Amino acid sequence: MTDAAAQPDGTPGPADGTVASNGARAGDDASGEPLLRTEGLTRVFKIGSAMSRATLHAVDDVALTIGEREIVALAGESGSGKSTIARLLAKLYKPTAGEIYFQGTPLSQIRGRRQVLRYRGDVPMVFQDPFASINPVFRVSHGIMRCLKLHRPELSAAQRRAEAERVFAAVGLTPAAEVLERFPHELSGGQRQRVGFAQALAMRPKLILADEPVSMLDVSIRIGLLNVMADLRDSQGVSIFYITHDLASARYVADRLIIMYAGQIAESAPTEEVLTRPRHPYTQLLLSAVPDPRAPLKVGAETDRGEPPKVIDPTPGCRFRWRCPLAIDECQHVTPPLRELLPGHSAACHVARADAATEAFR
Amino acid sequence: MSSAPGEGVLSTGPATPTGTMLEVRDLSVEYLLERGTVLAVDRVSFDLAAGEFVGIVGESGCGKSTLLFAIAQLLAPPAEITGGSVIFKGRNMVGLTENELASIRWKDLSVVMQSAMNALNPVKSILAQFADAMRAHGVASKAEIAERSAEVLRMVGIDPVHLKSYPHQLSGGMRQRSMIAMAMLFTPDLVIMDEPTSALDVVAQRSLMVQIKELQEKLGFAVIFVTHDMSLVRHFSDRLMVMYAGVVAEYGLTGEVFESPMHPYSIGLMEAFPSIRGPRVPLTGIPGSPPDLARIPPGCRFAPRCPKVMARCEAEPPALYQVNGRLVRCFLHADEGPSHD
Repeated sequence: MTDAAAQPDGTPGPADGTVASNGARAGDDASGEPLLRTEGLTRVFKIGSAMSRATLHAVDDVALTIGEREIVALAGESGSGKSTIARLLAKLYKPTAGEIYFQGTPLSQIRGRRQVLRYRGDVPMVFQDPFASINPVFRVSHGIMRCLKLHRPELSAAQRRAEAERVFAAVGLTPAAEVLERFPHELSGGQRQRVGFAQALAMRPKLILADEPVSMLDVSIRIGLLNVMADLRDSQGVSIFYITHDLASARYVADRLIIMYAGQIAESAPTEEVLTRPRHPYTQLLLSAVPDPRAPLKVGAETDRGEPPKVIDPTPGCRFRWRCPLAIDECQHVTPPLRELLPGHSAACHVARADAATEAFR
Repeated sequence: MSSAPGEGVLSTGPATPTGTMLEVRDLSVEYLLERGTVLAVDRVSFDLAAGEFVGIVGESGCGKSTLLFAIAQLLAPPAEITGGSVIFKGRNMVGLTENELASIRWKDLSVVMQSAMNALNPVKSILAQFADAMRAHGVASKAEIAERSAEVLRMVGIDPVHLKSYPHQLSGGMRQRSMIAMAMLFTPDLVIMDEPTSALDVVAQRSLMVQIKELQEKLGFAVIFVTHDMSLVRHFSDRLMVMYAGVVAEYGLTGEVFESPMHPYSIGLMEAFPSIRGPRVPLTGIPGSPPDLARIPPGCRFAPRCPKVMARCEAEPPALYQVNGRLVRCFLHADEGPSHD
């Protein structure tokens, strides 16, 4: 393992050697209203021909909160609805049902160019593919200057330049003045993704939506970017909604972890709590499948060969029941609600108990 | 596994160790581009015994996929093999004609590509694609084709009803498994896999790895498995090759490389992975990025990013040193064993 003393200083995080700030949700405002909250958030897509009228439930009745100065990770298999949630929060999709509240204001009431622009400045998005998300024919200063002109028109040209240099330095792109004048092809994948975060930061955001921001990067540079995310939270006070399928990186950087399965939240709790005391059988399955070079291979590990269902015209019942070794009668016809089992730790499972570990997959 | 692992890895000359099925010797591949030549694979050598599982890890652009394609003779211009040999079952694959290669492909050597969505033909059923491969090797009987196709599909845990399915009707994991089934049609001696699990999520990934290993143990084929995620091959490969910027940085028994990595790049890679268990510690990854292969630095290719760089590293390229049966390209270990190249 890493010798902590050998690490150059500047790794963000508290002195106990962890990067995630791992506290209770700090800094919800006085009214108790979190930075962002969803209620019964649902998005369905019509599929098939006009005659068949089937609906795919990509996101179904999701309630989640994101506090201030908090990194919340959303993890799950592909097709579980993670990216649809990001697009709903970014106001790129309209919810089919339910509501999103940003600082107490329902998103459905944010209308008109100016209001939407302001929301996009408060809640910008960083995309997965750093090779496709920056215009290749302009210097990287071009994109960030346009962001600043659009979102912060009060700044003079000199102030915009200074601000661009400040945010570039904040994400580790130094010397900032020089990097700003480069073309995207002169930057590595990791540097390009930092440009993505710098552009988001230039808008003085409250919350950055980051959809798989490191999955296209090489392993040796992923950590650098996760450290940038932790630093943005700690020094700039930004919250980050981190969508990933990589539980180890979620553990490294996130304060809270939400596990999704087939469009619904399966489990939600502070990150370490989810990982050390998983209550939902699906969380256990996910955890058991993470390759861990430091642990011996579990001999005779239960290999699950099931697959997540496509949620087309669902009927009531737990969506994990076909793969769940603990399924009981109730799971066949009653959808388990997300219940708070312990303070801050919720799971949507009929079988899960507060006082006993679930043992579905080891 | 060979009885004396690690030894004879670079032995040259006619005396082939018994059981060696594939010998890659000083294999070099260049891309001839307008802006100059890019040396993507630079004099890579290794042996593979029958039934052995070798993992090749490295970052994007390190030449690992190019190496695979060179071994399978699948390179297309502007890439070109500019030196070395690939002796597969006693025959040099470099320079064989397309007809000669066609008689080897699928039969003795199969390749499983990274993206099954792109590797399968979207307008043909699975059976039609299996039949294509079988007819190319002279199996004409419809009944025989159907029977063998159903058999290999069952081997990878897919119900043979899916023989009539088209690729879009299968999930990502099933598509990847049917590619592996197709590779098994003739029970080849060598299966080459290029990141077969990278499009899958962890649960499907683990299930596929276990399945590959089970099939390998049952059927006895050798595997070359390329991935960027070294934790994936930790429990499945016999030997591990770490590539950096077109050269072998380290090569040895998988367990030993994980236990005590020698090359600073291997060490850096190990420490770049956050762990899912154990204490949470701040990590730094490896600062910087790999060199442009069109402008290779004169010394060690890892020197600009290396935490242990010495004056010598920037002046001359290190050789591959053999230390306790492990090969490592680093001056830190220059005094510990004889050098190759």
